[in-house]
Amino acid sequence: MARLNADNEKRARDLIALYPESRSSLIPMLHVAQEQDGWLMPDAIAHVAELLDLTAAEVYGTASFYDMFFTHPVGRHLVSVCTNIACLLNGGFELLEHAEKSLGVSGGGTTHDGEFTLEEVECIALCGEAPCLAVNWRFFGSVTPERFDTLMADLRSGALADEVPPHGTLCRVRRSVGLPAAATPESVTGPEVPSAPGGGRPQSPGTT
Amino acid sequence: MAEQTENKPDTVTITLDGKRVTAKPGEMLIAAAERAGVYIPRFCYHPRMRPVGMCRMCLVEVKGPRGFGLAPACFIPTSEGQEVVTTSPTVKKAQDGVLEFLLVNHPLDCPVCDKGGECPLQDQTVAFGPGETRFVEEKRHWAKPIALSDLVYLDRERCIQCDRCTRFADEVAGDPLIEFVGRGDSIEVNTFPDQPFSSYFSGNTVQLCPVGALLARPYRFKARPWDLEQVESTCTMCSVGCRIAVQSSSNELTRYLGVDSEPVNHGWLCDQGRFSYQYVNSDERISSPLVRKGDELVECSWGEALAATAKALESAKAVHGPGAVAVLGGARLANEDAYAWAKLAKGVLGTDNVDAQLGDGLPAELVLGLPRATIDEACAASAIVLLAPDIKEELPVLYLRLREAAVDKGVPLVELTPQSTGLSRYAKASLSYRPGEAALLAKALVDGATGDVAGSKAAAVNGARALLGDNPVVVLGRPSVAESAASITAAAAALAGLPGVRFLPALRRANVMGALDMGLAPGILPGRVSLDAGRDWFSSVWTTLPTGAGLDAAGILSAAAEGRIQALVLLGADPAADFPDRQLARQALAGAGFVVAVDAFLTESSRQADVVLPAAAFAERHGTTTNIEGRITSLGQKIVPNGVSWPDWMIAVELAARLGTELGFETVEQVWDEVERVAPSHAGITCALLADRRFRDGVTAPLGAAPPAITGTGSAPAPRPALLAFSGEAPAVSLPPLDAYSLRLVSRRTLYGNGTLVQHAPGLAALAKSPCARANPSDLDRLGMGKGGQVRVRSNRANFLIDAEPDPGVPRGSLSLAFNSVDLEGSDAGALIDADAVVTDVRVETP
Repeated sequence: MARLNADNEKRARDLIALYPESRSSLIPMLHVAQEQDGWLMPDAIAHVAELLDLTAAEVYGTASFYDMFFTHPVGRHLVSVCTNIACLLNGGFELLEHAEKSLGVSGGGTTHDGEFTLEEVECIALCGEAPCLAVNWRFFGSVTPERFDTLMADLRSGALADEVPPHGTLCRVRRSVGLPAAATPESVTGPEVPSAPGGGRPQSPGTT
Repeated sequence: MAEQTENKPDTVTITLDGKRVTAKPGEMLIAAAERAGVYIPRFCYHPRMRPVGMCRMCLVEVKGPRGFGLAPACFIPTSEGQEVVTTSPTVKKAQDGVLEFLLVNHPLDCPVCDKGGECPLQDQTVAFGPGETRFVEEKRHWAKPIALSDLVYLDRERCIQCDRCTRFADEVAGDPLIEFVGRGDSIEVNTFPDQPFSSYFSGNTVQLCPVGALLARPYRFKARPWDLEQVESTCTMCSVGCRIAVQSSSNELTRYLGVDSEPVNHGWLCDQGRFSYQYVNSDERISSPLVRKGDELVECSWGEALAATAKALESAKAVHGPGAVAVLGGARLANEDAYAWAKLAKGVLGTDNVDAQLGDGLPAELVLGLPRATIDEACAASAIVLLAPDIKEELPVLYLRLREAAVDKGVPLVELTPQSTGLSRYAKASLSYRPGEAALLAKALVDGATGDVAGSKAAAVNGARALLGDNPVVVLGRPSVAESAASITAAAAALAGLPGVRFLPALRRANVMGALDMGLAPGILPGRVSLDAGRDWFSSVWTTLPTGAGLDAAGILSAAAEGRIQALVLLGADPAADFPDRQLARQALAGAGFVVAVDAFLTESSRQADVVLPAAAFAERHGTTTNIEGRITSLGQKIVPNGVSWPDWMIAVELAARLGTELGFETVEQVWDEVERVAPSHAGITCALLADRRFRDGVTAPLGAAPPAITGTGSAPAPRPALLAFSGEAPAVSLPPLDAYSLRLVSRRTLYGNGTLVQHAPGLAALAKSPCARANPSDLDRLGMGKGGQVRVRSNRANFLIDAEPDPGVPRGSLSLAFNSVDLEGSDAGALIDADAVVTDVRVETP
């Protein structure tokens, strides 16, 4: 996939309708695109630009500014190891070194099977459980080298699929508040929500 | 982009470095200080763009409620009683810091940098910098340079992120194809991958760049700025008349730079103009007179060529009468050349078969007779009505001005067009009309529509009508060369009925307005008077005059094709490529008795000439030119003419002498003196006035009721004839019915086409697009070619295969073909068009 598929184009158009200035929806639309392909493919950027009547260069300029948007391919799991002060004191660098050895890639690299991309990050706000890491922005604390290997194995096998969606998915709950009344029932209710931690479906009044 | 608001006082007083200074309220401190003679260093600030406060170089101390504090002078508007210090130790420390910081990553490769010697970073580091840096770390490295487009290269190591180029692309050009990519120390200016910075205005970013980050490919490594000599001149690639600085080294042109002319170009140039100097340097230039010996043109002396020409002109006139002589072209000449040739043709040879336009313009009576607006007046009008070709393609800098008026000043654009244009997206109303029905739509716009008209909805027409206001300006040209001039004349006659309306001609050839002013059109004499009205006046200064109005370009070519033109003079004209009806042009060149081409290059037409006379090109002679507003500006000479080329006026003088008449000119100034004396519209516009620095932006003819104080050599005593006024009479246009299987042809020019000058500038020739037919997706669907593909286009003249593309900007029932696309043998719009028809209908078939 490259351009937004029909469902995602619909979501993108719903997002445009939320804002008085269409280009205000640029960032949420880029999240839709990144959710679709795991990273921002050039055709998806061009499609977003088309929908917003911007040039692809303008969208690319914005997308490249933010660290959470990727304009180059990343693996299904983005493993972000923190090496900021609290983690550093508790073995963050040792964890990163282990991760590099264990996955066989250095910081910023992607494994050959496209499963993991490893990156070194600054504080991800889990200092109480240092050293910590995030996988696709789901957080794991007190990570020892052994726990790291188990975690990677579980991610690879799909055992953690409920907790950690593929890279690009910020949230499995689709936003429904404020969307136009014309939205399809599907996009209002969204897909099945996993019962995993934090899975309670927010039901906002006035959207049914 | 002035920052003034209406209900504030006219001036404020600020204290600048202890001195009281008057400033405009709301004006930025940096501009107010500059006018008061205090230069505040800057990189990102540019007076023609909105401030961003990016570079922090202009930090000054401004007194606020808590005492003095540093603030960027480009971002702080002036206000009453403001206290500003630009030279304190605090300011100096800030400047030192900013420069030291800017140089953290800037490479010290000035000796091999194009900008070295004229670099604001270099200059301001010397003038305001600390002299030493504390940074010892490795600088960042990028691959250098990378190509942003075919014309612009980027050296990212040198970039200081001032945002000038990206702001220009977005705010001024409207082509935001370059952006900041990345963040922090990895930030770079770049395009979207595989989408080059293919803007018609990309060259401006090179001139704007305050460091050597953006480089013009044609100029890269060609010269050092301190070796260049320069002269101020006017670009003659189109008729907007942008002011430029022509720079040369060792008698070769090296580049043009835009000069900020308030009434015209605001410092901007299009890439066609900026890089056109390459054609002057071309090896293909004709360097000596050529005369036909059998099938070949061979070099000869001026004496031989002029004698042959004079003999042919004389015998054509003697045997067949003055009407057997015709002169085509002249719209690319300087004013003085045009006058000398008009005097030779009309005042010596006595023929009125003279036309500077090649059937792709509008009648002189219309263009000269309508009330004229300047570009500034158009941009301040209540509405701008466009009945013109695609301004972005033909008059690019006018496009910038009109776009600015629409976007920044909110002037409504109302467009009457057979196909969407570069300005359509900025238009408040874009009314499409079927080719040939411009007059119907124009009438409806003036009188109101009761039903749908010419393909536009009544509501849209009436909505547009409500936008017009009380002093609209019509930008008037030929929206399509496949629609006759008569049709547009009728539309213009209708639009002339709008209250308070004025017109800005959109005819593209550089000096077409000057050529018409100088009388290079049938029925016209120099100074915007008709042949009849000016007869008495001119009979006292010229030896002879034509007996009656002559033929226009189409008439001349028809007569030539029928063998009634014994001597045809082509003044830098290439009818075989430029006349809309290619078949007629070719027949005419074959049928004319004797063809003389005055040209700088061998073109399809001049190759068939009997004598070719080499003309001096741009920057090889001085003189004046006239832009679409009627603004007369100077042309500067920087290099000596190629080979033995002569300026065109000199050729006219020599020819006249061989015909036994002295035109009476020995210098270009003497030609202008006579123009000032005899041309009624040019009275008072003397050489002295044009040379005065106060009028460096030129003066528009005619001068107003109170001409500028400088007086010239004195005016002629007799009462001058009245200037032309458009009669309002429009030719009746009868449109053939369109059969259901045909599409009506729309044909316009694109910026980079098959033109002789563009094709001889290597940097531009590569940009010419291959020909392509465009039609509404629904029309292509009907052929089962919804996605495009090769089609056969057929008119009753010709047929050929061409690629077709769906384009929703082309209304249903029309087919658009670029007129000047680089020619695949025979597959161009000119082969389809019949000059006698109002419109050209074509069939599109699957091959």
